[in-house]
Amino acid sequence: MSAETGIGAAVKRREDLRFITGQGNYTDDLNVPGQAYGVFLRSPYARARINAVDAADALQVEGALAVFTGQDTAADGLGDLPCGWLVKSRDGSDMVSAPHPPLAVSQVNYVGEPYGLVVAESLAAARQAAERVDADFEELTPVVATARAAQASPIHQGLEDNLAYDWELGDEAATDAALSAAVHVTRLDLTNNRLIPNAIEPRAALATFDPTNGEYQLRTTSQNPHLERLVLSAFVQIAPEHKLRVVAPDVGGGFGSKIFVYAEETVVTWAAAKVGRPIKWTAQRSESFLADAHGRDHVTHAELGLDEAGRFTALKVSTTANLGAYLSTFGSSVPTYLYGTLLAGQYKTPNIHVRTHGVYTNTAPVDAYRGAGRPEATFVVERIIEAAARETGRDPAELRRLNMIAPEDFPYQTPVALVYDTGNYQASLDKALRLADYAGFGQRRAASQAAGKRRGIGFSCYIEACGLAPSQLAIQLGAGVGLYESGEIRVNPTGSVTVFTGSHSHGQGHETTFAQVVSDKLGVPFDDVEVVHGDTGRVEFGLGTYGSRSLAVGGSALICASDKIIAKGTRIAAHMMQAEPDSVAFEAGAFISGNQRLTLQEVAFAAYVPADYPPDLEPGLSEKAFYDPENFTYPAGAHIAEVEVDEATGVVQLANFVAVDDFGHVINPMIVDGQVHGGLAQGAGQALLEHGIYDADGQLTTGSYMDYCMPRADDVPDFTVDTTVTPCTHNPLGVKGCGEAGAIGSPAAIINAVTDALGTEDITMPATPEQVWRKLRGL
Amino acid sequence: MNPFNYHKPSSLAAAVALHRDAEDPAYLSGGHTLLPTMTQRLAAPSDLIDLEGLTELTGIAAQGSVLSIGAFTRHAEVAASSEVRGALPALADLAEGVGDAQVRNRGTMGGSLANSDPAADYPAAALALNAVIRTDRREIAADDYFRGLFETALAEDEVITRIDFAVPSRAAYEKFPNPASRYATVGVMVADFRGAVRVGITGAGPCACRAPAFEAALSARLAPASLDDAELPAIDFNSDLHASAEYRAHLVRVMAQRATARIAAGTD
Repeated sequence: MSAETGIGAAVKRREDLRFITGQGNYTDDLNVPGQAYGVFLRSPYARARINAVDAADALQVEGALAVFTGQDTAADGLGDLPCGWLVKSRDGSDMVSAPHPPLAVSQVNYVGEPYGLVVAESLAAARQAAERVDADFEELTPVVATARAAQASPIHQGLEDNLAYDWELGDEAATDAALSAAVHVTRLDLTNNRLIPNAIEPRAALATFDPTNGEYQLRTTSQNPHLERLVLSAFVQIAPEHKLRVVAPDVGGGFGSKIFVYAEETVVTWAAAKVGRPIKWTAQRSESFLADAHGRDHVTHAELGLDEAGRFTALKVSTTANLGAYLSTFGSSVPTYLYGTLLAGQYKTPNIHVRTHGVYTNTAPVDAYRGAGRPEATFVVERIIEAAARETGRDPAELRRLNMIAPEDFPYQTPVALVYDTGNYQASLDKALRLADYAGFGQRRAASQAAGKRRGIGFSCYIEACGLAPSQLAIQLGAGVGLYESGEIRVNPTGSVTVFTGSHSHGQGHETTFAQVVSDKLGVPFDDVEVVHGDTGRVEFGLGTYGSRSLAVGGSALICASDKIIAKGTRIAAHMMQAEPDSVAFEAGAFISGNQRLTLQEVAFAAYVPADYPPDLEPGLSEKAFYDPENFTYPAGAHIAEVEVDEATGVVQLANFVAVDDFGHVINPMIVDGQVHGGLAQGAGQALLEHGIYDADGQLTTGSYMDYCMPRADDVPDFTVDTTVTPCTHNPLGVKGCGEAGAIGSPAAIINAVTDALGTEDITMPATPEQVWRKLRGL
Repeated sequence: MNPFNYHKPSSLAAAVALHRDAEDPAYLSGGHTLLPTMTQRLAAPSDLIDLEGLTELTGIAAQGSVLSIGAFTRHAEVAASSEVRGALPALADLAEGVGDAQVRNRGTMGGSLANSDPAADYPAAALALNAVIRTDRREIAADDYFRGLFETALAEDEVITRIDFAVPSRAAYEKFPNPASRYATVGVMVADFRGAVRVGITGAGPCACRAPAFEAALSARLAPASLDDAELPAIDFNSDLHASAEYRAHLVRVMAQRATARIAAGTD
């Protein structure tokens, strides 16, 4: 296939022309006749009883159409927002999933929680009316701090200790025994800071209802429109699936935050039928801060045992995970199955035990955010290894190498459920050490010192589990849905190809990458392949884009569908060439038998104009496949950070960053580099800048860009990124996923560099200038 | 944003008259504080009186020991001006570091000084450069101008027309930006008037202030070490998420030393 556009080519993203010229079609760009506007009423309190909501004055505003409260949605039978993953506690009991009505009925539980919807002819009128709604709240004492949630009064009725679950994985007795027998035990207390996702496009919804046929249509900022439809249909019960179409048009980033089924999109859809008008709602940035699901927020104690030679003998981890006021769609799975299972890292630690207390607090719900559990796991493993190296006087790179799973050990069964299929961790580490000029670090440190600055270097050899997931395994572990993906290939009569995928692109570049895959596989020109996604009315089914799964699962589905196309085409071609199907080979877009040759285009035409055609074969050339992975994929890599600390101000400058990642085969190296760069910037944000902070009253104090510090271009260095390749053994493309690696590996590397520079392990993320300045002074 | 009346008067006198007669008016001079406040519905003036285009408020002129800048001059114009660059490069540098490109292309010097945001950059320069704030009715010395948090000597309807800066032999501005907003957590301008040093500080307290002990120490010897033990200005240091009062006070000294180092090294 063409070297310019096939697998492995750095094809420029075809979607970018519309994005960079302002021609994208985002939800807020769409307008329909008769459209009204919605504004949500949001709780100003972290915890309060709702005594009354009086909308009489609001409805006097010119243009006001309706005000709905939780009483209205409840009276109409609107279901609760479900959590899609049932986690069981260590005693076998089900997690406690607190009722989560789309609009709060009698109590609000976090600042920004919606308790009403105002609909008006214009956005200005809706805002004005919203200001005139008189809500009578009775404030209650909120539960805010993660670590102390269990000691506070119950947020949800009857739920002592605010505990959603007490989960564990691994053999506790064996781990304790190994720790007792260890020659050295490193102990570390860690906080994984709360992050706020900040996709560039805020969430939005445009809902319509057609009374002539009872059909709803929701255009919304979703990473997986089919899941949205499934939940709104099966759980919230707005309409059956055949009467509900969900379209996710161009979507400006998600990082996980647009996977979930939120109150706003749900209520706007319901209200469109009630008001009899299309309703548009677009979040203001301040609403995004308050009401998008947040990420991370763990408090952890970890212990790592080592033997005389420095081999890890045991890792014991205890984590309190803040789940927020309600369980978001996948919130329960993130600090359990996406976290505890990753604690083996790249190492042969024989005994691992993890226990996670998932707690409710009066804060925004917490759910998957770029990396989702895996950055938290990596932070624990890679921080404690670095600390152990320092405590035992070992080189941190060599301590890692000593403990790494060797290439010949695969497939490798970890003590925490996963089976790694392949990898070569040493190769990535070696390459990273070379690119980072580890040998020259001492000289660079001396040069920094001469300039009044402290220099530090830090490592992170991360692993992640991507390509979610074998459906049966996931469902056994509590997932409410399968985790396969669908793909459909339509070869049109003249040979162009329309591809339908259940994956959704909101920045990842599927329209380019997936076209490369299909063009390469079927041997048709890249420009003849169109990729359709994000519309339940056009794509059969899908489970969406998250967990770096699109290519490994969605791409594999397209390969399977392509194989069916080739198989059917082979039968058609064999008939046309009067050859045995077994004698026909498909190469570079043509069916070949002996010296006869038919192009896919010719065969496609014959399939739709079946003049000379196998009698027992259906016409047409369109095939579907559902691909269910055999295993997770396991991208892994070595990240090395170097920082310079200004002693006078405490400012940490990220001086150098090397990332060597093994993503298996790479379809488009330019897009992969871009994904890694973006992830690294977010990781640098977590390590040095970003922090979602609630004060003691449960008010979000970092609720705007004045205080929530996003990484900017000048906060990060010119990243050095490279790859190694061990192809995934169980999917047809040999791919693993690259979307989250940067954000997973980098925070630990950066904090390891900061702690190296400062000579203390006691630094919490983000390593702000004042915190570092205080440590430097021993304050 | 609530509805409001928009006016674009053709003379300064007309602008002031409009202000006097309106119910709840506000002057618009760039609007990079006012407009965001209005879109957040935190401010809802009945009338906006746009000062753009008033000749009394425009133009940059260097005359001997004074650099006179019209109040409606945008930050980007200050940064790019050859007059400013020639007479007062430290002021051009400061302007170049205000906000972001959008703010610099809309925001004005008069607007910033009238607002007196505790974290704005210009107030440090006004104090260090012994500026005279000229208005539609009087002259106010910078030393008498800053009164408190968002509080100045201006009357409700008073309009700044020009700012006259005294031109020092050397000056430098050092800012420690808030990592999130990039406003000045602390900003310090040090200006040397042939041995008499003035120090203007922004970001540290409720409004910009001078640092008398720093000035005395630097007037005696213009070197960073002169500030090692010099007394900090007697103000209530601000404290927020990004910098406690203690850290801010420390940063005042460090930024002053860095500005001093630059001018002592002759690079400014």
